[in-house]
Amino acid sequence: MSAFGHFKDVHQEFVRSDGGALLAIDTISFDLPKGALVTLLGPSGCGKTTFLKIAAGLLRATRGTVCINGVEVIEPQPDFGIAFQQSNLMPWRSVIRNVLFPMEIRREAGRAAHARAMELLALVGLTGFERAYPGELSGGMQQRVALCRALIHRPRLLLMDEPFGALDELTRMEMQDLLLDIRGRTGATVLFVTHSISEAVYLSDAVVVFSKRPAVVADHIEVGLPYPRRPEMRYSGEFTALEHRAGRALGIAQ
Amino acid sequence: MSADAVRRALYPLLGIAVILLVWQGYTRLLGVSRIVLPSPSDILMASIERYDLLLRETWPTVLESVAGFALAVAIGIPLAVVVASSRALSLMLYPVLVATQSVPKVAIAPIILVWFGLGIESKLALAFLVAFFPIVVDTATGLQATPAGLIELARALRASRLQVFAKVRFPAALPFIFSGAKVAVTLAVIGAVIGEFVGSVSGLGNLLLTANSQLESALAWAALVWLSVVGILLFAAVALAQRLLMPWATAGHG
Repeated sequence: MSAFGHFKDVHQEFVRSDGGALLAIDTISFDLPKGALVTLLGPSGCGKTTFLKIAAGLLRATRGTVCINGVEVIEPQPDFGIAFQQSNLMPWRSVIRNVLFPMEIRREAGRAAHARAMELLALVGLTGFERAYPGELSGGMQQRVALCRALIHRPRLLLMDEPFGALDELTRMEMQDLLLDIRGRTGATVLFVTHSISEAVYLSDAVVVFSKRPAVVADHIEVGLPYPRRPEMRYSGEFTALEHRAGRALGIAQ
Repeated sequence: MSADAVRRALYPLLGIAVILLVWQGYTRLLGVSRIVLPSPSDILMASIERYDLLLRETWPTVLESVAGFALAVAIGIPLAVVVASSRALSLMLYPVLVATQSVPKVAIAPIILVWFGLGIESKLALAFLVAFFPIVVDTATGLQATPAGLIELARALRASRLQVFAKVRFPAALPFIFSGAKVAVTLAVIGAVIGEFVGSVSGLGNLLLTANSQLESALAWAALVWLSVVGILLFAAVALAQRLLMPWATAGHG
């Protein structure tokens, strides 16, 4: 895998309302190989969402550089797709029109886009729900729609901020398999934020473990389990050992 | 219809029936003068016997209210857009808006009459003045209450300012706009009647005053009842428009 993204000495401070400085990210550096799925794992409030926003170009880092596909990221890029913890669907748009939203913004919402939206919806098992409104769908279904929306413009980099965090355990596992399936088909590079150790290990080529705030890289774990991942792998010794290593890096295991 | 729906439709009617019965009994049994307080049956008779007159006087009032309301929407929404999009303009205009709103409308009605005369224009102006404020305030509030996640999504997709407004902020503000419009449309009727009270040659408010001065109390009360019906019907029309324009708000709950 050739290098696709570089994060070099990313450092982020915020100005607090009382005027003081809040150090969110101390120093984060790592490489994102092309086509890889890399997870940012860390405790709540450690700055991983902030980091994802920097990677997405939604936030400018106080110091350090983000370079994706040869471009220094200082603003959102057209070939990025993003999915959030909340599905952020527009309640006034039907499922299909939510999926097509990025294409509308790009003024490319033609026949081809519509066909691709239908294909994606079929891929996530939502055929027949095109005309439904988000308010009529379950949380898991809403996240599937959000995933289709993030993929509609064939992004080269998919940024995901705890997209399955609000789902129940079984739905979450289903969505993990779905994500791996889609990633296998699209070949997109994925940067995925989570606070679930098992989710990080199950999904990733590599896990970047963030320390508590201010964040530094506590560990960089190459997972090395073969794809396609199977649910049984969750119970293998190798998997448990990786979870244990991540737990040690997080300071919750010896 | 479920038993609960039946109860919800029936109980208000039952409440009204009880009040009417007590009212009827009170005026009949105690021999209250028809000039002081006509009984519900007197008012009903007046409504039927003077149907032509009441209907003829209804149209000017409806026209004044609807035109005043329409003008309030046509001017209020764009003004709210201006207020919501610029902090400087918001700071400049908001206090002026609040100040104009705190002037009692009855007090400025004579001035409006001097400006616009005894015809429909002065009533339209008063209906506009009272309907205008809730539309501006609710629309501006709605435009500023867009969920942050949706704004972030639009930013990540590099949407232009105009796209963010047309595709995100404005549709997200629709529920607010409609709640403002529902308040405004009933206020518009009140504004029109104030205008008719201060000086006019037609309308239900004019009829009410004339009937009262001629001690035709039953007719005055009938005009009052018709006025309420006009208010309720206009409110229902706005509520219906909301159902048609915001089908997602009722989908999945009915």
